[in-house]
Amino acid sequence: MFSPGEIILQQTVNGLILGCFYALISLGYTMVYGIVRLLNFAHGDIYMVGAFVGFFVFGALAAITGTGWLSIILAMVAAMFLCGVLGFLIQRFAYRPLLDAPRLSLLITAIGVSLILQNAMMILTNGEFKFFNHSVNPRAGISLGNVTITWIQMVLLGITAVLLISLTWFVSKTIWGKAMRAISMDRPTCRLMGINVNTIIGITFFIGSALAAVAGVMACVYYGNVHYFMGYIMGMKAFTAAVIGGIGSIPGAMLGGLLLGLLEAGGTQVLGSSWKDVFAFGILIIMLIFKPTGLLGKTEVERM
Amino acid sequence: MSESNVILKVDAIETYYGQICALRDVSFEVHDKQIVTLLGGNGAGKSTTLKTISNIEPCRVGKITFFGEDITTMPPHKIVELGLIHIPEGRRIFKDLTVRENLELGGFTRRGDDKKRDLMIDEVFCRFPRLRERHAQLGGTLSGGEQQMLAVGRGLMAEPKLLMLDEPSMGLAPLLVAEIASIIRDLNNEGIPILLVEQNSKMALGLADYGYVLETGEITLEGPASELIKDPKVVKAYLGIE
Ligand SMILES: Nc1ncnc2c1ncn2[C@@H]1O[C@H](COP(=O)(O)OP(=O)(O)O)[C@@H](O)[C@H]1O
Ligand SMILES: [Mg+2]
Repeated sequence: MFSPGEIILQQTVNGLILGCFYALISLGYTMVYGIVRLLNFAHGDIYMVGAFVGFFVFGALAAITGTGWLSIILAMVAAMFLCGVLGFLIQRFAYRPLLDAPRLSLLITAIGVSLILQNAMMILTNGEFKFFNHSVNPRAGISLGNVTITWIQMVLLGITAVLLISLTWFVSKTIWGKAMRAISMDRPTCRLMGINVNTIIGITFFIGSALAAVAGVMACVYYGNVHYFMGYIMGMKAFTAAVIGGIGSIPGAMLGGLLLGLLEAGGTQVLGSSWKDVFAFGILIIMLIFKPTGLLGKTEVERM
Repeated sequence: MSESNVILKVDAIETYYGQICALRDVSFEVHDKQIVTLLGGNGAGKSTTLKTISNIEPCRVGKITFFGEDITTMPPHKIVELGLIHIPEGRRIFKDLTVRENLELGGFTRRGDDKKRDLMIDEVFCRFPRLRERHAQLGGTLSGGEQQMLAVGRGLMAEPKLLMLDEPSMGLAPLLVAEIASIIRDLNNEGIPILLVEQNSKMALGLADYGYVLETGEITLEGPASELIKDPKVVKAYLGIE
């Protein structure tokens, strides 16, 4: 019933949406890696916390502003802010004291933070799936033949596009963004420029976490449910996207995220959906073997 | 010279890398309008001295004051805000940022006033016309001499009340060394006091009013530059091979 053209169109749309999730989350990975050389394995859990913050805020707002887009957007803004603060605080109290310690201590701390976030959320939610009952029609949209591009998909793409463009502007044009890039090149010299390095690292964690929170609330809307271990696989996928793009590179994370989404959608179409994680991590392994610096990364390679 | 025009006073500082003592009981002063030089061979502790003043390396013992204010434990960015500017060894240009962006970051402490910033960048470009030609180029693509000019320009963006330069002549051809020397003299004539760290003692003593010699972390000799340049020990150790 679907023509080959329609299948390609459908999978492209699916892949782009998936790519939006990966891009938004992998940005946090790559920005943090760029600035403090930490693979922040708690980042996927920030996405999960973002989803739950969105869920709870949405629930609280439902009686006041309804269950439509207004509440969704408000929940998204609240999740961005609260996860931004959470990311900042994790940085401040868990990572900053270890910035000059051996890299491995930092990595292990990140894994510890990840476990804390997951277990805290498990206790808070009794380990249950929570259902995000918005009133936006998930099937309404624009139909092209048998394929429907839903309003939800278009809004999520739009939100992601706005965020990616804003971030690009921030990093390339503002003095804070320039300082961020400079710190990833040479931290001691930034101190000699009068740059408060700790503040900029804090801002970086805030932004990365806020972007992950947006993805979390997007997951609420798109998939309709949330659970405390949703961050694990998503975090690994976003990490894969960051590696594909070249870890440390912001355009790389955007490109890697979208590319991984599209590849995964295509791979799922060909191999079947039970292979989709195998497929994504297969790409990660191939990438690490043949081009560890990624598509847009720098040539510097470090062993962890 | 009277106490009142002492700008920078380093008082018996000690700095360690782990257990290793890199500076022991180092004391010196920079007075208003002066060029003071800190000489010494490789590994003597010159860079460590500047890093300790900037608080990139913590000072374990002793006291550092700048315009009478105790800056010994002040965070580095606050020290820069006071106008104590350190141009590091090896220039340390941000290689993947443009020349212009490098300068903008030099003015980080004066952020917020874009008009003023653009005026100051223009001033740097007037001083170093070659940087204006290359303003959109990445820092890493500049030659050594151009990078040193960019490093100085970047330091000037912070409106220094004291400029500390760490081996600005390093790795440069003699003609460029002379150019850097004349830049330093110009800056000093414009009223900026300078603390110059050099291995090129001939150049440094030619510029400086006063000098100190550092050996394995201790100051072993000091005096007016015109006397140091004739001192047999200095001639033998630092000027002989030049
Ligand atoms: N980061 C460091 N860790 C350990 N030792 C260092 C470090 N930096 C410098 N040193 C040591 O401190 C001493 C002084 O170094 P430095 O101040 O760089 O000398 P200079 O600038 O006079 O060449 C040297 O013995 C050097 O090996
Ligand atoms: Mg040195």
